[in-house]
Amino acid sequence: MRNHDDEAPRPDADGIDRRGFLECMTWAGTGVLWSLAGGLPSAVGLGTALAAETPAAKPFTFLQISDSHVGFDKPANPDALSTLREAVARIKTLPVKPAFMIHTGDISHLSKDKEFDDADQIIREAGIPVFYVPGEHDLLDEGQGKAYLDRYGKGSRGAGWYSFDLNGVHYVGLVNVVNLKAGGLGNLGTDQLEWLEKDLAGLSSSTPIVVFAHIPLWTVYPEWGWGTADGAEALGYLKRFGSVTILNGHIHQVMQKVEGNIAFHTARSTAFPQPVPGTAPSPGPMKVPAGDLRKYLGIATVDFVRGTEPLAIIDRPLAG
Amino acid sequence: MDAAAHAAAHGVFTQTEPAQTRTAEAPAVAIPVAAAQTMVSIDNFTFGPAEITVAPGTTVTWVNNDDIPHTVVATDKSFKSKVLDTEGAFSYTFTSVGEFQYFCSLHPHMTGMVRVKVP
Repeated sequence: MRNHDDEAPRPDADGIDRRGFLECMTWAGTGVLWSLAGGLPSAVGLGTALAAETPAAKPFTFLQISDSHVGFDKPANPDALSTLREAVARIKTLPVKPAFMIHTGDISHLSKDKEFDDADQIIREAGIPVFYVPGEHDLLDEGQGKAYLDRYGKGSRGAGWYSFDLNGVHYVGLVNVVNLKAGGLGNLGTDQLEWLEKDLAGLSSSTPIVVFAHIPLWTVYPEWGWGTADGAEALGYLKRFGSVTILNGHIHQVMQKVEGNIAFHTARSTAFPQPVPGTAPSPGPMKVPAGDLRKYLGIATVDFVRGTEPLAIIDRPLAG
Repeated sequence: MDAAAHAAAHGVFTQTEPAQTRTAEAPAVAIPVAAAQTMVSIDNFTFGPAEITVAPGTTVTWVNNDDIPHTVVATDKSFKSKVLDTEGAFSYTFTSVGEFQYFCSLHPHMTGMVRVKVP
């Protein structure tokens, strides 16, 4: 599992610090720490990023958390709530307090009120604002997403998409888990794509863009549905920008690649790992020895540092 | 036509969750007395068998054996299960002849087909 990200294409010179990235992998299981420097994203190891590289400006950091699956209680992880609690405890000990958190979906396992309540109660303890997009597990209520929208959808459009600006960066939360078609992948739909085109139209190409959605917007592994059918159209609108960072969840493992100015990154789950594409009969929960579980769960932080260095993404497992 | 109306026209569905049973029966539908039963198992994100051929009046029951929830949704929306957690089951009685494509709305790469024809 340690080398699962070896499968993903990666750049040599585009700012992804592979050594650092693997270093952070030894501390698997909590989330992704993101920092933007010069408007470009990169992933670096915790030690490398925070010790060796001293940013000239105080970094602006936000955090990504994903796939909490609160309510999941199967053998891969009989207590998804307690590993979410551990992830939040990690967030509270970060050397730089993130400005906010994004949750890239599958907050709950079965969209039950209690699952959302339990997740909210723990995530609130991080003490920072949270921006959500839904995963397919969050839209399983009778109203097919009404419960999610009532709780998290304030100010959003359609199935829950929205954008906002902070510190000169434009953030876009997309929903690609509704109206999925038989045999297909994730789906954004025409309404959302039209909205996205308009949303981006007024921005200068030098505006750093961060897009987040549940299912990867790039095709990771179509055999398991790991991709977005109309993702290419969204990426077409993003091409002209000098710095685009796309953050996803859904696949419960870290993967990344860079295409032109677009950097893709998926975060770990805080609940259970899923297998590397093609290494198992299905994408079902990967059962690992209890003592190793926390190596596969995690958070990620992103630092935005104005300057010449790329944006730094730091994945932090719950345990090493 | 919504799923319930469609079910009234073409079939009958029931859904069983681990702790409860739900039955939705349309009074207009005549169910054959010796109705046949067929199972489709959901394992490893796969409907098995993916294609089945049954006689009109056959009740097909899907059972989810995965640790992840799934659904059973007709592509033409003629039937649609609620979410099936582990060991959850959904049944639908096929009264009309035809080919009924279906998929999991959570994992749409999971597809299957029920062919209903007179033996």
